[in-house]
Amino acid sequence: MSQSIYEHIDLRRHYRRRQRTNRIMLALTGLTVAVAVVPLVWITVYVLLQGGKYLTPDFFIHLPAPMGVAGGGVLHAIEGSAVMVLLASAIAIPLALLAAFYLLARPNTGLAHTLRFSTDMLAGTPSIVIGLFGYAVIVTVQKHFSAFAGGMVLAIIMLPVVLRSAEEMLKLVPPELREGALAMGAPEWLAALKVVLPAAAEGIITGVMLGIARAVGETAPLLFTALGNDHYEIGKIISAGLRYHQSPGKILGTIFAQPADALPLTLWKYAQQPYQERVHQAWAVAFVLMLFVLGLNIAARAWLAYRRRKMFTS
Amino acid sequence: MQPHLNITEPSRAAATASSLKMEVRHLSVTYKTSRAVKAIDLPVYENRVLAIIGPSGCGKSTLLRALNRMNDLIPGARVEGEVLLDGENIYAPGQDVVDIRRRVGMVFQRPNPFPMSVYDNVAFGPRLLGLRKKSVLDEIVEQSLRSAALWEQVKDHLGQSGMALSGGQQQRLCIARTIAMEPEVILMDEPTSALDPMATLTIEDLIQRLKENYTIVIVTHNMQQAARISDFTAFLNMDSDRAGYLVEFGPTVDVFTNPKEKLTEDYITGRFG
Repeated sequence: MSQSIYEHIDLRRHYRRRQRTNRIMLALTGLTVAVAVVPLVWITVYVLLQGGKYLTPDFFIHLPAPMGVAGGGVLHAIEGSAVMVLLASAIAIPLALLAAFYLLARPNTGLAHTLRFSTDMLAGTPSIVIGLFGYAVIVTVQKHFSAFAGGMVLAIIMLPVVLRSAEEMLKLVPPELREGALAMGAPEWLAALKVVLPAAAEGIITGVMLGIARAVGETAPLLFTALGNDHYEIGKIISAGLRYHQSPGKILGTIFAQPADALPLTLWKYAQQPYQERVHQAWAVAFVLMLFVLGLNIAARAWLAYRRRKMFTS
Repeated sequence: MQPHLNITEPSRAAATASSLKMEVRHLSVTYKTSRAVKAIDLPVYENRVLAIIGPSGCGKSTLLRALNRMNDLIPGARVEGEVLLDGENIYAPGQDVVDIRRRVGMVFQRPNPFPMSVYDNVAFGPRLLGLRKKSVLDEIVEQSLRSAALWEQVKDHLGQSGMALSGGQQQRLCIARTIAMEPEVILMDEPTSALDPMATLTIEDLIQRLKENYTIVIVTHNMQQAARISDFTAFLNMDSDRAGYLVEFGPTVDVFTNPKEKLTEDYITGRFG
């Protein structure tokens, strides 16, 4: 070697500077982590403490008591949230997954570009606008508020979240895997369903969880569509239907046709009422909402861990 | 049936008479729960090529990565034993891992040029060390590319992206990038397994020339390659507890023509592995 870099560098001084910079940056990143964690822990602990105080068994099994009367629960909101999120999931998840597979198989067609662009637009649309849209095309047409309308707008909100995360996760699956299945003569749909989907399952489920968490926490769009209903009780709808010998389809129809309440909607309404019990119950609702999202996450992770263990051990 | 192996006499001469550059002493590497390699003792001689061979999963790469502390990057990896570089344990407390990696460079299985120009790829290391002078950098880049047998092909387009080169050229660029740091030892983890035979040949020639200035440790799956280019060979195998251990070490010519262990003979004649 005619020219050596070490004739031009003071290595020792350079290393000293690097170490100093390293220490400062490490301290800074540590600090930012702490700053990022503080609000998260704070909110969680605060809500759990505040809400936990007012949580009683009654809270889960009773409809709201009249204003100013102690007791009562939010069964109407729990059931309403469940019905609407289930409907939203049943519509949005299959749609999003199928569309994601389309994007994977035909990534560069005009339709794919349009789909990607409009999904991004949809994801960025304020949820209250989507609620207004639901009001215009469902509520004004049916001439009444309903759990159905609420579920539909929640589906629209879930769709882009699940679709884009599913696409990203499917893209991470090595193309050789799909080609391997195709090379054995598997039709494209079977390769997608049996090989690509399981390989991407972990990430897709995370995306689905995010979508559900998003839907279950939405308030604004429900104001225009589900409206709210203190007397929404599935048990009663079913028993009334049975008494009048209605078909299961008809009963299901009634469940979706009624205006319904939801947890965030109830939280919003209760928090601004002048009655102490209602404000306390609002905290309890916040507790339940957080617990639901947390529980969903933990359940999904536990299931994934179980699945992984089963796949990689003999 | 004996496979045809190209073993020339000079390699026996080359194998002797050299000082110790690195020494692995009773090295074990443990990942979270499983042991990857155990109790390995291995000398690395200066200005020689050491080939590490063995079946898949026997810990060849783990052993190689232990030589410049790349295993530090793997969460849960634990190293026991010592690795001496010029007599100093690189795992001793107070050792600067940055300095160790400067002295012990690495070339990977898949060519991994950085997403920048050919020039910037080679200048990356010297710049990292604080070298800014354009005239010096120019010279370093040319020298390194010449040593990597790439200069003639890229000298007129040093500004083009390193990722636009062919696979073999990319790997030579990575070698140029490594030698721009003037390391003492170069580790190569199956450097030709992603390349075609012609590109492989070029790299093998290059390794032969590089050993004049550097000590080289190469992991390879290709036994003919080990026989062609190395002076010493270490044969690793996987034990029943799935941890890799050293079966045999010696001058390549001995390991391939007159192995001490039955297992080595079985492996190099293709009876298992």
